[in-house]
This record gives sequence, C-alpha cells and structure tokens, in this order.
Amino acid sequence: MSPVVALAAEEKMNPLLPAWPEVIIGLLCFFIVFGLLGKKLLPSIEKVLSERRDAIEGGMERAQTAQAEAQALLEQYRAELAEARHEAARITEHAREQGAALITEMREEGQRQRDAIVTAGHAQIEADKKQATAVLRQDVGALASQLASRIVGESLEDHARQSGVIDRFLDDLEAKAAVAQGAAK
Amino acid sequence: MGADVQLASEAGCHLNSGCGFPAPGLNEFDFKPIFSVGGVDFSKPMLLSIICALLVVGFFWAAFAKPKLLPGKLQLVGEIGYDFVKRSIVLETIGKKGEKYVPMLVSMFFFVWIMNIMSIIPFAQFPVMSKIAFPAGLAAIVWITYMTLTFKKHGFVGGLKNLCWPSGIPGWVMFILVPIEFFSNIFVRPFTLAVRAFANMFAGHLLIVVFSVASWYLLSPSIGALYGSVSFVVAVALTAFELLVQFLQAYIFVMLASSYIAGALEEAH
Repeated sequence: MSPVVALAAEEKMNPLLPAWPEVIIGLLCFFIVFGLLGKKLLPSIEKVLSERRDAIEGGMERAQTAQAEAQALLEQYRAELAEARHEAARITEHAREQGAALITEMREEGQRQRDAIVTAGHAQIEADKKQATAVLRQDVGALASQLASRIVGESLEDHARQSGVIDRFLDDLEAKAAVAQGAAK
Repeated sequence: MGADVQLASEAGCHLNSGCGFPAPGLNEFDFKPIFSVGGVDFSKPMLLSIICALLVVGFFWAAFAKPKLLPGKLQLVGEIGYDFVKRSIVLETIGKKGEKYVPMLVSMFFFVWIMNIMSIIPFAQFPVMSKIAFPAGLAAIVWITYMTLTFKKHGFVGGLKNLCWPSGIPGWVMFILVPIEFFSNIFVRPFTLAVRAFANMFAGHLLIVVFSVASWYLLSPSIGALYGSVSFVVAVALTAFELLVQFLQAYIFVMLASSYIAGALEEAH
C-alpha cells in the first residue's frame, strides 16, 4: 500500500460519520432483539418469576401457619398434661382419705362388734349363773329336806316348804357369803 | 477484510526484512464488502450485527421460551442477567415506574454487550460498536424515547422547562445555565452517548491490533523476538482488559439511557 493510496483511503473515511446502511441494519437488528424479547421472552420469564415469588411467599406463609399450629398444639398438650397431673394427684389424695376413713370405720365396726360379743357373753354368763343358782337353790333345798327328813325320820317336806325355812336359811347363807365376799374385797 | 487481509498480505513482513512497520490505522475499520445490492455494500460489521442479534435472541429463546418454576442452568443464567439489568440499572435509576422500560433496556444492554464482545471472538475479532453507525442508531432510539416521554409527560412548555430549567439555582445564573442545559440535554447527550461507546471500542480494538501486528512484525532472529514476545503478552493482557471494557461500556450506555428516561419522567419542579 503506497502512502498516497493510504492517505486517499483515510481522507475518504471519517470514523465519526455513520454509514446509513449500517445504521439501518443496526436498528433492524436491535428491533428484532427488542421485539422478540419485549413481546414474548421477557413477559414469559417475568410471569414465572412472579409465580416463583408467590410460591416462595406462599410456602413461607404455610410454614408460619404450621408452626403456629404446632405451637398451639404444644400449649394445649402441656395444659392437658398439667391438668391430668393435677387430676391424678387429686384422685390419689381422695383415695388416701377414703382409705383412711374406711380403716377408721372398720376399726370402729370391729370395736363395736367386739363390744357386742363381750356384752352378749356377759349376759349369757349372767343368765347361766342365775339359772344355775336357781337350780342349785332348788336342789340344795331338796337335798337338805331329804337329808333332814332322813335324820328326823319324817317328811318335813310340805311343812318345810310352807314355812319357807329352807329359803330363809339359804338367804342367810347367801347374805353371809356376800358379807364375806365384801370383806374379802 | 481489514486486519486479516493485511496480516495475510504482509505475512512475510518482519523486522530487518527490508519492510517498514505496517502500522494499523483507520483501514482496520474499513472492510471490503461481502456483496453489494444495488450499490449498497454489505460488509462484515453488518453481518456481525445480525449474528449478534441472532445470538441474543437465541440465548434468551433457549433460556426463557419455556420457563420453569425451578429453573434449569441456562434459565438461571438468563435470569441472573435479566435481573441484573432490571434491578441494578433500570429500577435503581428510574424507580418503580421504570418497569415499562425494562424490556427495551434489557434488549439494548445484551445487544450492545455481545456486539462489543465480538472484539475478542476468534474470526469475528471486531467490535461492532466501533463503527459509529451502530451506537448512533441506538443513541437515536434513546434520544427519541426520552424526548417523547418528556413532552408527553410535561407538555411542550413543561417539557422544555424540564429539559433546560434546573431547580434550586439563583436567577442570575439561569442566563448562562439555561442555554447550556438546553444545548447539553437536547444535542450533546445523544452525541456523547454514541461517541463514548464508539470511541472506547474503537480505541480498544486499535490497541489490540497494534500490539498483535507488532508482535508478528518483531518476530525475527534478533533482539526483536524479545520485544515481540513482550508485545504479544501485552496484546493478551489488553484482550482481557477489553473484556472488562466491553461490559463496562454496555453497562454505561444502558445506565445513561435509563438516567435520561428517569430525567424525563421526573416531576415538574
């Protein structure tokens, strides 16, 4: 390339002057890009992006709800547990009281039954004693009359009975015995 | 085609071979037409811009055509890119009412970025944005958008006031400030928007070409080989640096576009 030619070429070309075909092609290319991106591709991605934002926010909201629910459930569970514990304590206390009362009652009942049995025994003994005394008195009277009639040789039975000698004698004996008993005491 | 043709034609041109340094210049940005239709040339930058548009559309089609609630890898990458532009640029500058302009600015960002990236893609190796026509076209779209919005929102007088009447300034400064603001907001803005992107990509490309050509030219059985290898390392480092600049320029372009829109939507003061 000779200097003259190069100079001529440089004179011909001014880098600050746009060539119209290039301007047109450049604008055309830009509008192709802008058209396809602006009309189709960017709206579609924008839609997906907002859907994703919703999904994420929705997910977070759901998680928060679930957490709150779990918290509430935990509170409820704790409250129920405390109540159950309280109830159990109450029941135990009640049972203890009831048991104590039952034991007392049983003890009283036993005491009462014992007393009844003892009283009944005493009465029986008293009755037996009275009966025995009465029988004994009769027998002793009879025996004494027999003995006396044998000694006297005659039956004093009727007379003795009428006179109540024997009874009087026995009463005396009894009184003496009582006195003797009182003295011994 | 520019660099390739030159490198091929100068293949035997090395230091000490009786051949001057084939300094790259504006000719690097001038391509032989691939074909011509009715006197209009179809050149490499045009082809690249079409490929870029197809790449952007193809990528987002693959990522977003059948979007899923649980994204796949490609969809996830697309979402990160989309979200970056939407949140860190548009909503950050314009606020809630910027939602409407998200598709335009997202398209613009990725289109500009991929056109810049073409600078370091093998076989393409040309930043499409280094042809002023492409940033100029996009800047024109931005200009039309914010001018329309200004006058639609505030009416003719209110719109002019919005464009050149800054608030909280003492009256006497207005004599100077109003013409400056008018000139700056209506005429300079689109120009600087276009030229900033163009110049950055232009300079970056030229730097990479200079060091690449130099490392080839210096490759000879002499001390030149050492310089050549240094030059090669610099070319590689510049390529990595350009990767950052390409992203940054796309970011700045869209950031400024959204700040202009934000200015247009600002409440009257």
